[in-house]
Amino acid sequence: MADAAKETLKKEVASQEKGELTRQRRVFTPDVDIIERKEDIVVIADMPGVDEKSTDITLDKNVLTIYGRVEAVVPDKHTLYISEYGIGDYQRVFTLTDEVDREKIQATVNNGVLRIVLPKAEAVRTRKIAVTAGS
Amino acid sequence: MLWSDLERFGRLMDPLQDFERMHRALSRWGSPSSVDFPAVNVWLSGDTAVITTELPGVDPKAIDISVVGKTLTLRGSRESEILKEDESYHRRERWHGQFTKTIELPFSIDAGKVEAGFSGGILHMNLPRAEADKPRKISVKSV
Repeated sequence: MADAAKETLKKEVASQEKGELTRQRRVFTPDVDIIERKEDIVVIADMPGVDEKSTDITLDKNVLTIYGRVEAVVPDKHTLYISEYGIGDYQRVFTLTDEVDREKIQATVNNGVLRIVLPKAEAVRTRKIAVTAGS
Repeated sequence: MLWSDLERFGRLMDPLQDFERMHRALSRWGSPSSVDFPAVNVWLSGDTAVITTELPGVDPKAIDISVVGKTLTLRGSRESEILKEDESYHRRERWHGQFTKTIELPFSIDAGKVEAGFSGGILHMNLPRAEADKPRKISVKSV
């Protein structure tokens, strides 16, 4: 039996310290799963309302910044009756270690879920070392 | 439109700003600090209810929407990644599992005319008010 999903509240960024946007937009921190696999590290982020065109991923030195822009669609001629979540952009910043091969990072967006695959650099992958008999 | 124009027109507000203002006001006034998953936003006009909710990564075909009278029930689920032997989570924040959400509206819905769309992980529903539930004009005859 699958567990019942626990309630989650969107976490709003407390203060936009790293350069405020010139427009007055709310910014939220997306929930992420980070999985370490044999050959790579996968970062999965929930960013509903975002597609591949509205995502910016930048890698500056060791810092990986994910930013997703959301256009809020508010129906015309309706009044708000229940409001359980806010609408805004998504941002999250990670510091990568040297073990990532920067050239081969790949990202896809599907149904509001961003998936970034960070391949591990050659030097870091565990290698089996053959042992030969000494003379 | 420039921001300065909006200020000048006072009452004329950008609908998005309006939404944000109301959302902040509604959240402040005694609503619980936690909300049943998934969180929804509901807008009403005299004739329709518009409901949106965020369900990223959920298969739209597996979302169950049922309407009875004034009540809307949403059901669905999302599985988490199945990891292999040599894989492990560094972080696990995203929700997974099944959810059921019930929303009570102030009027009865015409279940046959409900429309739902799913795009970018957002479920968007249009629920028209049932004809029988619409207010009727009653003419007054002078006697």
